[in-house]
Amino acid sequence: MADQTMIGSTGATWLPALARRSEAVVIPLAALVLGLGLFGLFLLTQGKSPVDFMAIVWKGAYGSAFSLQNTLSRAAPLLLAALCVALPARLGLVVIGGEGAIVLGGVATGALGPHLAAVPPIVALPLLGLIAMAVGGLWIGAAGALRFYRGVNETISSLLLAYIAIALMNHLVEGPFRDPASLNKPSTLPLVDALRVGNLPGMEVHWGLAFGLLACVASWVLIDKTTWGFAARIVGGNVRAAQVQGLPVGRLILGFTALAGGFAGLAGFFEVTAVFGSANASLASGYGYTGILIAFLARHNPLAIIPVALLLAGFDAASGLIQRRMDLPDATILVLQGFVFLVILISDTAYGRLKLFHPERWA
Amino acid sequence: MIIGEDPVLPGALEVATLGMTMRFGGFTALDDVSIRVAPGSFHALLGENGAGKSTLVKCMMGFYHATSGQMTVGGREARIADPRDAHALGLGMVYQHFTLVPSLTAAENLVISRRDTPAVIDWARESRALRDFMAAMPFRVPLDQPISRLAAGEKQKLEILKQLYLGRRFLILDEPTSVLTPDEADEVLGHVRALCAAGEISVLMITHKFREVTAFADEVSVLRRGRLVGQGRVADLGHADMAAMMIGTSAARTPLPRQGAAGPEVLSVRGVKARDRSGLKEIAIDALTVKAGEVVGIAGISGNGQMELMEILTGQRPAQGEIRVAGRPYHATRTEAQALAVRYLPEEPLRNACAGRMSVAENIAFRSFDRNGAASRFWLAGGQMRARAAQLVDAFKVKTASLDAPIAALSGGNVQRAVLARELTGEVRLLVISNPCFGLDFSAVAEIRARIMAARNAGTAVLLMSEDLDEVMELSDRILVMSEGRIAFETPAATADLATIGHHMGGHA
Repeated sequence: MADQTMIGSTGATWLPALARRSEAVVIPLAALVLGLGLFGLFLLTQGKSPVDFMAIVWKGAYGSAFSLQNTLSRAAPLLLAALCVALPARLGLVVIGGEGAIVLGGVATGALGPHLAAVPPIVALPLLGLIAMAVGGLWIGAAGALRFYRGVNETISSLLLAYIAIALMNHLVEGPFRDPASLNKPSTLPLVDALRVGNLPGMEVHWGLAFGLLACVASWVLIDKTTWGFAARIVGGNVRAAQVQGLPVGRLILGFTALAGGFAGLAGFFEVTAVFGSANASLASGYGYTGILIAFLARHNPLAIIPVALLLAGFDAASGLIQRRMDLPDATILVLQGFVFLVILISDTAYGRLKLFHPERWA
Repeated sequence: MIIGEDPVLPGALEVATLGMTMRFGGFTALDDVSIRVAPGSFHALLGENGAGKSTLVKCMMGFYHATSGQMTVGGREARIADPRDAHALGLGMVYQHFTLVPSLTAAENLVISRRDTPAVIDWARESRALRDFMAAMPFRVPLDQPISRLAAGEKQKLEILKQLYLGRRFLILDEPTSVLTPDEADEVLGHVRALCAAGEISVLMITHKFREVTAFADEVSVLRRGRLVGQGRVADLGHADMAAMMIGTSAARTPLPRQGAAGPEVLSVRGVKARDRSGLKEIAIDALTVKAGEVVGIAGISGNGQMELMEILTGQRPAQGEIRVAGRPYHATRTEAQALAVRYLPEEPLRNACAGRMSVAENIAFRSFDRNGAASRFWLAGGQMRARAAQLVDAFKVKTASLDAPIAALSGGNVQRAVLARELTGEVRLLVISNPCFGLDFSAVAEIRARIMAARNAGTAVLLMSEDLDEVMELSDRILVMSEGRIAFETPAATADLATIGHHMGGHA
């Protein structure tokens, strides 16, 4: 009974508490290391050295000011794309179609931007950003609505909606919104310079990074510190209990999926205004899918998304260097991501089973 | 099998248990039960939920190993170590829910259910064999239709045919009609009855329904609290006799002490109609009221609409009709529940009232996390939440390693205490409860019932749905009986007659 009378006692209770909390950090880290190990074996089968690989990744991702800034630029859309997975996940929904919201957010920006050339940028940019968020929110919100009202599996529907979004983008960019001057790569009309989002002061990294970080922190506050977030966690924990408590399950699902899609749409906005200058097929570059991996590695904790996104963005940034130095195809990074994701999914069964993390063991 | 022994005769098997006892730890689920199913007879096994019916048949089929006791099959002792042994002896079981593969045809389902199905199936030969088999059967099911296209009655017929196809000569039917319409049930049981009469099989059927026992069974055994409390030929017994055996006559628990008289009407349900879980039957509550300072108990055998009524009252099941609390229309939204002080204790609290992975403190805050006195709040007050949880955990004696432990780590009794702490704190005008003590140990049961009674004495209107008749008798001021989705009977608890209640529970007025 000794372990059941601890409440109110002032003894050293930090160790058991630490044991429980560390579970959420140690297991994903171990999964990451295991995934890297498996990938190392894969490299050996290709006659390449895993040690060289890691050295090049370090160099290409964080080793110089240039590579670090490259990594940070890639992290911006990844942060937002990961939130598109993590927020619905807290309500128990697995949404994997963030790519569609990114693409449509970008297309909306690219299509409307040229018409706002005469509007002061201080008005036009926020307006475009909000429109991109609205479009993305509508797209992922639709998956949430289908789930709540019609019982359609949100994982499948969001993925299919992403394919529809990409097809829609191809149609719009090659058709109605095509810039006649874009010959090899059909694009929308280029944005005027005033509507291009610049870099953060003193860095070669665009403002999207700041907004991505801000979105992660805001999402964490929303989920952990507000009553709405608490209600969402109840829905995610047990939807039947949430219903018995009279919580507005439908509104929560719609609200959170729409916000998630809004973040992904914002990623598309920054890709167009800060990176490409117009909307084209490069918008569908897989950020939405990498975001799934990041969110799962971060256990859907918005703050944990930040370091994980920086890590994955680093792999992404280094892929060019790997291709050149190691003579490996650029899909190699996808192999690595696949290994890590597989191990992450398997590691989910380890939660609660390892004695190491049981508070009683340390009490 | 002993060499040189006479082979067991073909046709219906005789199966008997002798002094079957099954203990789970300190709990005796089955206590010295001896029943004999004669060859070719249709034997019914009656009992309330938790009476030990399922335990008995699981012991017979080898899913459980009885603590003591023996079994005979065909007149000789049989040792059944696992279900395969039971099958080899010709014992088979038909479950409450279908075990057929919906996307395969009836023929495919039959062939894959065999143990000796070859790796490569000669379908032409199998079809011929199946047609011959079907032709010899007293009833038929289309062989080439996918199972998903068959009606529930057809599926249940196929389940029985499957047992015959597999050469089983003693069938255990576990509430075989619970997913069937009454017409389908009569047809299926009629066929089973004919097979028994023809000497093909013997049957032991678990059921709740007296009507089916009277209409189809030859003999009946009644279990209560793990003991065999009655046995006999159906022809000699009336519904009243069976009801008396099932619920017992000594069960007349004295109501707990109570004070104060009933006040004004709090809950009023009028003309409420909804579909039941299967979508086949209707739940119809014409009139149900609960007054302040009164416990209204709803007795009934499980599956007669209590679960659906709970879902209607908690806003989980769409329904027509009118529900009022304290005179105001009520739709179970959070705002209404908070304004009118309506609280719920659903059955199986971990499954229906808690988020298992969230902490004890968080689970205790479910009712109040968005309230700040009379106003609502946007920012979560973590410190207050913990302080309040610590205080309630203390007051309700919830045993937990820490406030931050996931609530799923607590024992059933402590989960229920935590939920009670959450739902019974503050002003409570209406409390809706479903099976509050199911699966809890003796001390937790006494404590939880005392808390419910204390709430009633403080002026709360309590609606209690329970499958445990003792509980209903002990707590209620007024008793209603629910049967077939309707309120079938009402009586003041003080003058309640158990036999009459049992009669109505069994579905007969």
